[in-house]
Amino acid sequence: MTQTNEPLLRVDNLTMMYGDRVGCKDVSFELRPGEVLGIVGESGSGKSTLLRSISAQQEPTNGVVEYQTRIDGVRDVYQMSEAQRRLLMRTDWAFVHQNPRDGLRMNVSAGANIGERLMAIGDRHYGNIRSNADSWLGKVEIASERLDDLPSTFSGGMQQRLQIARNLVTSPRLVFMDEPTGGLDVSVQARLLDLLRGLVHDLNLAVIIVTHDLAVARLLSHRLMVMQQGKVIEHGLTDQVLDDPQHPYTQLLVSSILQN
Amino acid sequence: MEQIVKNPADGASAYNFAYLDEQTKRMIRRALLKAVAIPGYQVPFAGREMPMPYGWGTGGVQVTAAVIGPNDTLKVIDQGADDTTNAVSIRQFFAKTAKVATTEKTAEASIIQTRHRIPEKELREDQVLVYQVPIPEPLRFLEPRETETRKMHALEEYGLMHVKLYEDIARHGHIATTYAYPVMVDDRYVMDPSPTPKFDNPKMNDMAALQLFGAGREKRIYALPPYTKVKSLDFEDHPFEVQTWEDECGMCGARDSYLDEVILDDKGNRMFVCSDTDYCAERQEAGHRGPQHHDQPLGTSKREEAAE
Repeated sequence: MTQTNEPLLRVDNLTMMYGDRVGCKDVSFELRPGEVLGIVGESGSGKSTLLRSISAQQEPTNGVVEYQTRIDGVRDVYQMSEAQRRLLMRTDWAFVHQNPRDGLRMNVSAGANIGERLMAIGDRHYGNIRSNADSWLGKVEIASERLDDLPSTFSGGMQQRLQIARNLVTSPRLVFMDEPTGGLDVSVQARLLDLLRGLVHDLNLAVIIVTHDLAVARLLSHRLMVMQQGKVIEHGLTDQVLDDPQHPYTQLLVSSILQN
Repeated sequence: MEQIVKNPADGASAYNFAYLDEQTKRMIRRALLKAVAIPGYQVPFAGREMPMPYGWGTGGVQVTAAVIGPNDTLKVIDQGADDTTNAVSIRQFFAKTAKVATTEKTAEASIIQTRHRIPEKELREDQVLVYQVPIPEPLRFLEPRETETRKMHALEEYGLMHVKLYEDIARHGHIATTYAYPVMVDDRYVMDPSPTPKFDNPKMNDMAALQLFGAGREKRIYALPPYTKVKSLDFEDHPFEVQTWEDECGMCGARDSYLDEVILDDKGNRMFVCSDTDYCAERQEAGHRGPQHHDQPLGTSKREEAAE
């Protein structure tokens, strides 16, 4: 894994309030290229709020999100024009939703789903788009013959893999994932995790992955952030946090996993 | 602006010139001016209830009512034909409410209201073409949210349009969209010329006449000023093409016009005729003949052949 010293993403004192209610509070961290950060915590702890705020989908009440863009250097994501931000979101970033139906266009074929981002950035050669889509289908282990099939004819696990292919086709550097394995059965989960781990490694992706599943966090992430009631209560290397939890809540979380 | 029809003899006397009141027409004209200033941009307007159902051309009728004057000559076509129900009733509507001259001849008209077709005869600078539009939003097929499509227009995010064309090729081997074929206007806005066949798309490009589009149900107006660049979207390896026919027009023998297929009987006999009735009639007057033309009204010749 190649790591530079320049952080790809820097989050500083991010706070999101919903009126008087705290969404997430005073979150700060840095993420370097190729690094995988897991965010764990119970339901309602502010994980998804944090993810939405970082990924430019919901402007935070307070705080700064800075991203190392390919051309313009470090930019405050919320100071960019909307056009620049949306371009960033569909080229250099990717967002994998928990429910593939939120991230896919269900009424067009798998090939068109993968090709959409390419066409959005100006690719106008049908043959190239199609062969690119085909090769991505292969990378996520879906047979070529399904290229022209609608995603609605795919199984849940296939849909999730298609969503991943659709997102990675523009070679993004930063991928946001919100419970990517939620709703899949254990064996499919395992295969998906395996695939993700391979892609993350091969493409040197930086990933922020939100999950409530500690096993997923352990498998994929290098670093772990534990959240409770909107605050980060523990932050460190994944193995360190899971093997030697310091905060009482983290201890509870870790001990709640069935051990053999 | 004092154009109120005073003719107690018919029921139209209570109505203003061309049915709509002057304030409404001014509102529509303001929308039209904005539409002309930003070619291809959909301008919202306060569409009125018209004395006809939505889908029958309420948008086009309102635009025509806003631009028509007492000295205009109106032609109305529906699928290229002057004699279909929709065309006849709209023509009568303006003959009654605006007392304007009407015509079936493309060359004689100053305003042409159309559903589907652009006349085959080249239009001039002193003519206005008014389209009746059912669905003004080209992106709706893939993005149903109006808030989102407006943002996409604003930011020129038109990749989705090609997703539709990609899907066409993937399913049919070629771009199978034959009408409402999306166009790029003046290198800026993607526009739906709906529901004209793509055969007519090239005519929109660099046209001398002013083109106005009215969508009554959706309450949107858009426009193409004269000599505007209109390019049909396509792929590098699947370029835009118009429909072609192997047959010629059965009546006038035209090979360059848009042809309608007419089923003649239940034995597989069929013929093709120009969808533009004026174009076809003019060619026949000039002496052109197609294979099914027997110098008699259509239908009688067939019966006679059977009797022989």
